[in-house]
Amino acid sequence: MTILRKRFFQPRQDLAKTQARRFTRSRFGNVMFFVFLFAAGAFSVLPLVYSIVTSLKPLDELLIFPPRLFVVQRPTLKNYLALPDVVSSLNVPLLRYLFNSLFVSVTATALHVIVAAMAAFVLSKSDLKYKNVIFILVQFSLLFNTYTLGVPQYLIYTGLHVIDTYLVYLLPFIPSTLGVFLMKQYMDGYVPGALIEAAHIDGAGWLTIFWRVIFPIVRPCVLTLTLFSFRDTWATIPSGTIFSESLKTLPTVMSTITAGGIARTGTAMAASVIMMMPPILVYLISQGSLRETMGNAGIKG
Amino acid sequence: MEKVEKKRLSLRMILRNRWQLYLLLAPFLVLFILMTVLPVLSSIVLSFFNFDMVSFPRFAGLGNYLRMFLQDKIFPTVLANTLVLAILTGPASFLLSFVLAWLINEFRPAMRTLLSFMFYAPALVGNALYIWQVAFSTDSYGYVNSLLLSLGVITEPIAWLSSTSYIVPIVVMVQLWQGMGVNFLANISGLQNVDTELYEAGAIDGVRNRWQELWYITLPGMQSMLLFSAVMSIASAFSISSIITTLAGYPTVGYAADTIVSYLSDVGTVKYEMGYASALSVVLFLLMILTRLLIGRLLNKVGR
Repeated sequence: MTILRKRFFQPRQDLAKTQARRFTRSRFGNVMFFVFLFAAGAFSVLPLVYSIVTSLKPLDELLIFPPRLFVVQRPTLKNYLALPDVVSSLNVPLLRYLFNSLFVSVTATALHVIVAAMAAFVLSKSDLKYKNVIFILVQFSLLFNTYTLGVPQYLIYTGLHVIDTYLVYLLPFIPSTLGVFLMKQYMDGYVPGALIEAAHIDGAGWLTIFWRVIFPIVRPCVLTLTLFSFRDTWATIPSGTIFSESLKTLPTVMSTITAGGIARTGTAMAASVIMMMPPILVYLISQGSLRETMGNAGIKG
Repeated sequence: MEKVEKKRLSLRMILRNRWQLYLLLAPFLVLFILMTVLPVLSSIVLSFFNFDMVSFPRFAGLGNYLRMFLQDKIFPTVLANTLVLAILTGPASFLLSFVLAWLINEFRPAMRTLLSFMFYAPALVGNALYIWQVAFSTDSYGYVNSLLLSLGVITEPIAWLSSTSYIVPIVVMVQLWQGMGVNFLANISGLQNVDTELYEAGAIDGVRNRWQELWYITLPGMQSMLLFSAVMSIASAFSISSIITTLAGYPTVGYAADTIVSYLSDVGTVKYEMGYASALSVVLFLLMILTRLLIGRLLNKVGR
């Protein structure tokens, strides 16, 4: 127990060693907070548990009364094993959808993160004349409801002749303003301007500074943004811009499985559990390496 | 002497490499103008037209706006609902995502990872809304009804989602539960970057307790992240709609919970009145900008 307590409930041990004292919670307070947060977190994690439990239930257990939320008496993998049968009726092999999904999400995320970081760097650290105007536009565009943008965007796609190509997946995501806003705020807050001045004195141009100095420093933000972006692109279903079956992605297939009615409840759950695995994986990887980067954070100007 | 020399050199470098700045900004700017600025502008222009998506738009002047404020019987209701939901969820979601991040950040890494995952889970689960639909289902198969019946709290199943008195609290709860993910993680990354030396300096300068530390050091240290999370909170608090339509359909009984966004999607998709939908969306836009400016003033007072 003591070991456990030492590992989990002694925050900021490293700081306690320094002379000035950090105000930390008492051990009792810490345990109370943990219990409270764990309860709240359990509420928050319910749908995840529910999806997994439901996907393991045989059909008769799905329909019993009174309903049992989180109990499965005879867990079965039947729902998962039924998936190949369900998707075998598709006229394009499942692997093709999987490839499309991965290709679109990875490409869009990578391009978005780099493009957003480059723009945020200019908006945050340069002396460009109209950078404030651009930044205000970026912020305000986050507040405009996307619904009415559909028609003009469709017209632009038509004008560019990109309907029914991979580009309709990528084009709206690459300049996503959320990423630029997040990156800019991060650079404003945590990248000292003196660092850039020093690099200039050393003879570095803006491109070198961005790639060699800034990009490695903003890695925590890059990781967080990668997660946001991957999650969004992974789940997206384009509306009316993709017609070829060979260009469609997994969420489209999933919605056909889900539309299969009550007999397919279990299979639909199994499908959605599989669908949420990649974002969870990206979450674990990005947050895991986030912790590593945090260790050497605190760059001084 | 040497300093002046260095300064001049640095200035020359800054000026010489100007084209590199444009190169860094260009990919975003071009696509941003194409995919967002132009559509927003054309949507604003369209709000002064009547457009049914089939025939060519006809100029209507202020017609759409006059109709909204003078004739439309539904608009006052959805406007009021939008404001009520925004006030109930916006500040709460902003504060909650900060307080949770603040509390969790003080734990050791293993606990921190576990708790962050739990709170971020709703954002990772694709069909997350579905569980609430099942839970509040009207008949006694709904989990909430079945639980309350078996506990003897109620004797008849309650029609949660079609009752004017329950739908708003349910929407508020689901929105808070679902909408926190992005702000929560942004706050965590902000908190972990507040310079540790500032805390030490603060303790020497007479910071007496955790609250003073929070107010004078932590909050100012992450002001830029707070602005981000404030803007995101405004954006989502004023745009609640898919939660409502997924849970209760459109329209809800007596328009009890319908917002401007759910109303304008109906106007556009079902009634094919894109001009009017655009006008609704412009009014909502102005409302959010106003809120954003007010919040900016409030945030400037943090740590003073």
